[in-house]
Amino acid sequence: MPDALSNSNPVLDWPDGGNSRVPYRAFADPAVHAAEQERIFQGPTWQLLCLADEVPNPGDYKTTFAGETPVVVTRDENGDLNAFENRCVHKGALVCLKNRGNARTLTCVYHNWVYGLKGELRSAAFQKGVKGRGGMPDDFRVENHRLRPLRTAELCGLVFATFSDQAPTLEEFIGPDIVQRLQRVLNRPLRILGYHTQNLNNNWKLYVENVKDTYHAGLLHLFFATFKLNRLASEGGVVIDPTGGNHASYSKRSTIHANAEYDESKLRASRDDYRLNDPSLLDAYDEFGDGINVQILSVFPNFILQQVENSIAVRQVLPKGIDKTELNWTVLGFADDDERTTKMRLKQANLIGPAGYISMEDGAVGAFVQRGIPGALDETSIIEMGGRDHVSQDTRTTEASVRGFWAAYRAQMGL
Amino acid sequence: MDVERQLRVQDLLARYADSLDQGRFEEWPEYFTEDCVYKIISAENHEQGLPLGVIDCDSRDMLRDRIMALREANIYEDHRYRHILSTTLIKDADDTGLRAETSYQVTRIMRDGDTMLFSTGRYLDRIVEQE
Repeated sequence: MPDALSNSNPVLDWPDGGNSRVPYRAFADPAVHAAEQERIFQGPTWQLLCLADEVPNPGDYKTTFAGETPVVVTRDENGDLNAFENRCVHKGALVCLKNRGNARTLTCVYHNWVYGLKGELRSAAFQKGVKGRGGMPDDFRVENHRLRPLRTAELCGLVFATFSDQAPTLEEFIGPDIVQRLQRVLNRPLRILGYHTQNLNNNWKLYVENVKDTYHAGLLHLFFATFKLNRLASEGGVVIDPTGGNHASYSKRSTIHANAEYDESKLRASRDDYRLNDPSLLDAYDEFGDGINVQILSVFPNFILQQVENSIAVRQVLPKGIDKTELNWTVLGFADDDERTTKMRLKQANLIGPAGYISMEDGAVGAFVQRGIPGALDETSIIEMGGRDHVSQDTRTTEASVRGFWAAYRAQMGL
Repeated sequence: MDVERQLRVQDLLARYADSLDQGRFEEWPEYFTEDCVYKIISAENHEQGLPLGVIDCDSRDMLRDRIMALREANIYEDHRYRHILSTTLIKDADDTGLRAETSYQVTRIMRDGDTMLFSTGRYLDRIVEQE
């Protein structure tokens, strides 16, 4: 067990009630945030860094983050992927200052220390001094230094990484049931359609909870429900891996029918007179041949794969302090898409992203919680829909996968 | 410089922005042709030639649907916008219409008065004369 977990004073007192009770302090205490960086984001978890297609050629690099730690991904001379911390070993400055680029070496601008594409230190400026004066001590060896590496692994064109030697393989970490559902969507070469970056005014876990919360979809998102894209009454469910941290929820459009619970309770989401002037937005087809029109998948701690009809995206959730989060969307099609299919995906993208008809509320609701809890840090949320465990269920009227997130969180945090 | 044309274009854009700033949202689609393209795209995507927009509409009816969803469906806190537009640069004018570029800043004022720079960028407009 790592030292951090054997600390006798947990950073957070977990209340009675197991994973069905979460203390609001988890979203507001800087000490919790600091512990998460160490135990989760630098601990034995796998995090999305980028797509392999973003660094296709030798010398290509892209900068991103693992938690709050700046990271560079490179494609080296042999065509292999590498990832390392974007922090010069000399004084700690960022080495790469661009979002992406191509280079034979990476050079820190501060004192011109030069690194190879595998992150190894090649040279330090004036190592031998100038005109016999100055210079590093005789026992300084460039080969003793390198940018701190991460282990990388590729799955379905996605590049994941971990700082930990203790982490299981990526596929073991995700688990076979969830890997299969990831492969269901990302089943052939990809095409990147573009990016969204979204700043959320809430703790990162509030966004991840929202993603895993199958209970809210038809209640918060009126647009979704009104056009019968998604109702709790439709056939669907949630698959959860044994750790609880990874999930895939799904629904089938074809099974939607009028439902008494919706009609009798007169929910906001039950207006049937609401029609689009231009319904081409909803043109979609069953591209995976299984009738599943929405699948939302997550891997602990911060990876999301979304299939909403034919709108496909991966999302990377990056903490930026205790109460700020950056949400990075990479919106995808496939290399073999024809022009019409690409146009359909782009039009459906109006449903998602920061201004998306169905995603915009998800970008706001976390901040409603963040602003609701300052006077109640010792209080807890109530997460009991669908029981108190975190096993797979054949309904989406459940918070099982939210409880699963907290099971995995507590395990990683030693709480 | 065709001063009258310049002023007509700037007047059009001023009225367009005013409809949004004053909350007369139903007027906004009427500034577009029936087969218009309305696309908000990040500078990053645009410069890389990536097609993804934050909003991507190819008909006036899609714009009307945006307003209907804003009014009836989507959930958000009360807020308002304030557009500040630059002087417009007119390019490629001919008998069929013109291209115009205008820088904008949009501030968002929340219900508690909290005011932030919401968006900054430029309009790349294709403007045509229509009865």
